[in-house]
Amino acid sequence: MSEYKIPTTETEFEANFSAKKPLMDKNEAFYESSRCLFCYDAPCIKACPTSIDIPLFIRQINTNNLDGAAKTIYDSNYFGHSCGQVCPTDVLCEGACVYNHQDVKAIEIGRLQAHATNHVIQNDKKLYTVPEKTNGKKVAIIGSGAAGIACACELRMLGYTVDVYEAKEKPSGLTIYGIAPYKLTNQAVLDEMNYLQKQFGYTIKYNSPIHSQADILKLEEYDAIFIGIGLGNTSTLGIKGENHADCIGATEFIEVLRMQHHKTKVGKKVIVLGGGNTAIDAASEAARMGAEKVILAYRRSKEEMSGYDFEYDLAKKSGAVGLFNVAPVEIIASAEKITGVKFVKMQTVNSKLEVIKDSEFIEECDMVIRATGQLKQVGFLNLITDLKLDDKDRVIVNSKFQTTNPKYFAGGDVINGGKEVVNAAADGKVAAREIHLMLTVDFKEF
Amino acid sequence: MANLSVNFAGIKSPNPFWLASAPPTNSGYQIMKAFDAGWGGAVWKTLGVPVINVSSRYGALNYRDTRMMGFNNIELITDRPLKDNLREIEEVKKYFPNNAVIASLMVETREQWHQIVKDVENAGADGIELNFGCPHGMCERGMGSAVGQDPVVLQTIVSWVMEVAKIPVIVKLTPNISHIQDPANAAQAGGANAVSLINTIQSVINVDIDNFVPTPMVDGKSTNGGYCGPAVKPIALNMVKNVALEPGFKLPISGIGGVENWKDAVEFVLMGSSTVQVCTAAMHYGFGIIREITSGFERYMDEKGFKTVDEMVGKALPQTKHWEELNLKYKVVAEINEDKCIGCQLCYIACEDGAHQAIGLSSDADNRKPHIIEENCVGCNLCSLVCPVENCITMVRRDDGKQHLTWKERTEQGTIPTTFNDELAGGLHHWVPEPADALKNKTLQKN
Ligand SMILES: Cc1cc2nc3c(=O)[nH]c(=O)nc-3n(C[C@H](O)[C@H](O)[C@H](O)COP(=O)(O)OP(=O)(O)OC[C@H]3O[C@@H](n4cnc5c(N)ncnc54)[C@H](O)[C@@H]3O)c2cc1C
Ligand SMILES: Cc1cc2nc3c(=O)[nH]c(=O)nc-3n(C[C@H](O)[C@H](O)[C@H](O)COP(=O)(O)O)c2cc1C
Ligand code: SF4
Ligand code: SF4
Ligand code: SF4
Repeated sequence: MSEYKIPTTETEFEANFSAKKPLMDKNEAFYESSRCLFCYDAPCIKACPTSIDIPLFIRQINTNNLDGAAKTIYDSNYFGHSCGQVCPTDVLCEGACVYNHQDVKAIEIGRLQAHATNHVIQNDKKLYTVPEKTNGKKVAIIGSGAAGIACACELRMLGYTVDVYEAKEKPSGLTIYGIAPYKLTNQAVLDEMNYLQKQFGYTIKYNSPIHSQADILKLEEYDAIFIGIGLGNTSTLGIKGENHADCIGATEFIEVLRMQHHKTKVGKKVIVLGGGNTAIDAASEAARMGAEKVILAYRRSKEEMSGYDFEYDLAKKSGAVGLFNVAPVEIIASAEKITGVKFVKMQTVNSKLEVIKDSEFIEECDMVIRATGQLKQVGFLNLITDLKLDDKDRVIVNSKFQTTNPKYFAGGDVINGGKEVVNAAADGKVAAREIHLMLTVDFKEF
Repeated sequence: MANLSVNFAGIKSPNPFWLASAPPTNSGYQIMKAFDAGWGGAVWKTLGVPVINVSSRYGALNYRDTRMMGFNNIELITDRPLKDNLREIEEVKKYFPNNAVIASLMVETREQWHQIVKDVENAGADGIELNFGCPHGMCERGMGSAVGQDPVVLQTIVSWVMEVAKIPVIVKLTPNISHIQDPANAAQAGGANAVSLINTIQSVINVDIDNFVPTPMVDGKSTNGGYCGPAVKPIALNMVKNVALEPGFKLPISGIGGVENWKDAVEFVLMGSSTVQVCTAAMHYGFGIIREITSGFERYMDEKGFKTVDEMVGKALPQTKHWEELNLKYKVVAEINEDKCIGCQLCYIACEDGAHQAIGLSSDADNRKPHIIEENCVGCNLCSLVCPVENCITMVRRDDGKQHLTWKERTEQGTIPTTFNDELAGGLHHWVPEPADALKNKTLQKN
């Protein structure tokens, strides 16, 4: 099946992972922007979690005011460039574009957004000036993902001193460590991160995980704390053989892939377990790494997959094949290697998932990727006094993104259990405004 | 099958589509190519006194991604020697005896006019067009639009030409005048056989905002030029209609200005033109566009049952009236076809901010389809014009069709309204929101 040759150089890696939404050149952006109708109260704006004034920035592109267009975007979304490339626009802004009702191709909003923001990033156009003097108050942010960085930018605009504590060595969280490389390159993420940090001037302390009671106590010297830690490692299956070195969690696999590119080790026959977007991404990625066979195995039917159809289509195009209504019961492995996965067939009876008796079979493979959801960092979160989690271990916040401990605010995957970059960017920005209100207006009200 | 051939004031042409006097008719080479492509006639690039052209000559008005909606030039008449042009006219006529070659002329004195008319007749031209239109460069020397703007001078020059001309003479009119009928009448009084209009409109097409100079730029400076292309068609149509409807005016009209496709050509003919001339479209797309013009025009004639072009000429004129002759009892309102509506709400905001607050939005935020508040709709058409979906908003008739009353009739009857709330026709006040409502309701939700 393999459409992709195993990449042995960076160039070959780049070819296998070439951009799904390539940057537009000036001409393409001009013609595409000309098509926008400039709808009133535009449905695309409403479908954007950060409510970017889309018709306005598109018109600004059309009138050759790229700085203005980028400003319109960043005013609503500090991850403007990354979002333009990674947002599932088919179900967000572009899915809401009125052209869909006319069976005309929707405006390519994401690519236009990436075009305008790329212009200001690459030309180092300064769009924001933070107040010269800080207001004397300090906020700590845990996690430099989209939620944390968006919160940091907005707080800096409001005059706060901001320190971001990041466990890893690079900023942007899953944007650089988790998202598929054909959506966004490491360089593009880092360029945007540098661009933001240069203008907003927050501090990021890398390799600084906050994990002990002592760390937390120190943070509480700040006037407020924002939690933007996202999710944790991939959850385990609880089946035999899954601790084998060649059975790896999807986010862990993708992180290696994003950092090591062509040097990432991938099996010849890969089975990906799961039916969400992460599973689909991992399957695409394994195929693009030159695996001869990639099977996406899911407990339920194709229709019940939580992953987006367009992502599944992309994975199929990369060469992955689906195997539905099967559940893994054992990873068959010797000490040296995995030889297969034992599955049992499943069926849905009265909307309940049931095992079909005596239906076990073995599917050969030499690598397994578990994409069965990400764990929450419960242990860490429980260290924070009075901080409550819901039944799915998500941090509970009110409409102001304030947690049950009033000094702590939270946003992004840690409160929603795993959505998109754009949701995290939206939360972080609004949370910053709420932190500001709390620290300046009326403390008691909260 | 429709017969496209015409006899325009004695000039025979296989079809009514001519190239206007301009760069596409600069040389025999181009005109031969054009005739070969299917053009019926060509008005040679204006011949006359020696000139020198500047470098950098054109500017364009683009609309979003549509290039050259409007076009402007600061070129003069031909800068090629007269004897070369005469020789080429002769040659073109040898190859294409049945196509119309019209020589456009512009000189100064009576003697010069007499001489050049004889020259082009000897070369075999089928007709003459007097260029009284060029709005830059030539008028400063007392020619072009300087003549076209002064009916007395125009008539004098026409009569000089008519003293010697043996072939039909067309007078090309400038639009840079408020009352186009005056030069048209002067042309007729001077003995001309036809008129053509419009020449280009005085314009500044663009300003280079980085260098603080209009375009086209010549060594850091610029000047006003002549405007043409699709954007000028409405102005041209109005002027053609003014001349065609002028009482006592009997000469055939060659319509010019913004013709690019068959429909434009049909419109000019229906408004009184017997031939149409094209410049910008040929400069933009080349001579090949004639195939589209001819095929569409022919299909239209067949569909409407017109056998000859003459049957079509002026067909829309009887329905073209003065405002005071329009029926005040006629009433249309907008109607939205919900099945077609894509929910862009452009109609809503256009009516809300730019017309009569006669379109409402649903109180259900998921329903993006607006509705017409009929009692407020004045039937202005705006919404149907902005709607991006073909035939989604239509204007439907609401009066019973039996009553007829015009301002003119009321003037004659002495019943001109004395109040704004005149019930006899029209002037009924409709509901307008209170000024302060502008700050209250974000969106209008009547009904
Ligand atoms: C495989 C995969 C593919 C995805 N693809 C897309 C996509 O195509 N498009 C899209 O929009 N979204 C996608 N997402 C979702 C998206 O990545 C997340 O929704 C988004 O990154 C959430 O941002 P966040 O700031 O909440 O958390 P994260 O991005 O997870 O950032 C959290 C940060 O906090 C740090 N951190 C964690 N704990 C600590 C601690 N104790 N101390 C200090 N730092 C800590 C982490 O190192 C990390 O940098 C994908 C997710 C996955 C897993
Ligand atoms: C570059 C240029 C040069 C022109 N030169 C002449 C000319 O020499 N004589 C003339 O009568 N009209 C001249 N015109 C006017 C055209 O013949 C025509 O009247 C005008 O362009 C409107 O038609 P259009 O909209 O099809 O272009 C010129 C127009 C252009 C664009
Ligand atoms: S819905 Fe589509 S056409 Fe309308 S403003 Fe948004 S992008 Fe433009
Ligand atoms: S026709 Fe004019 S007044 Fe009537 S609804 Fe449309 S825009 Fe409003
Ligand atoms: S302009 Fe047309 S398509 Fe758009 S909302 Fe109005 S009726 Fe619907």
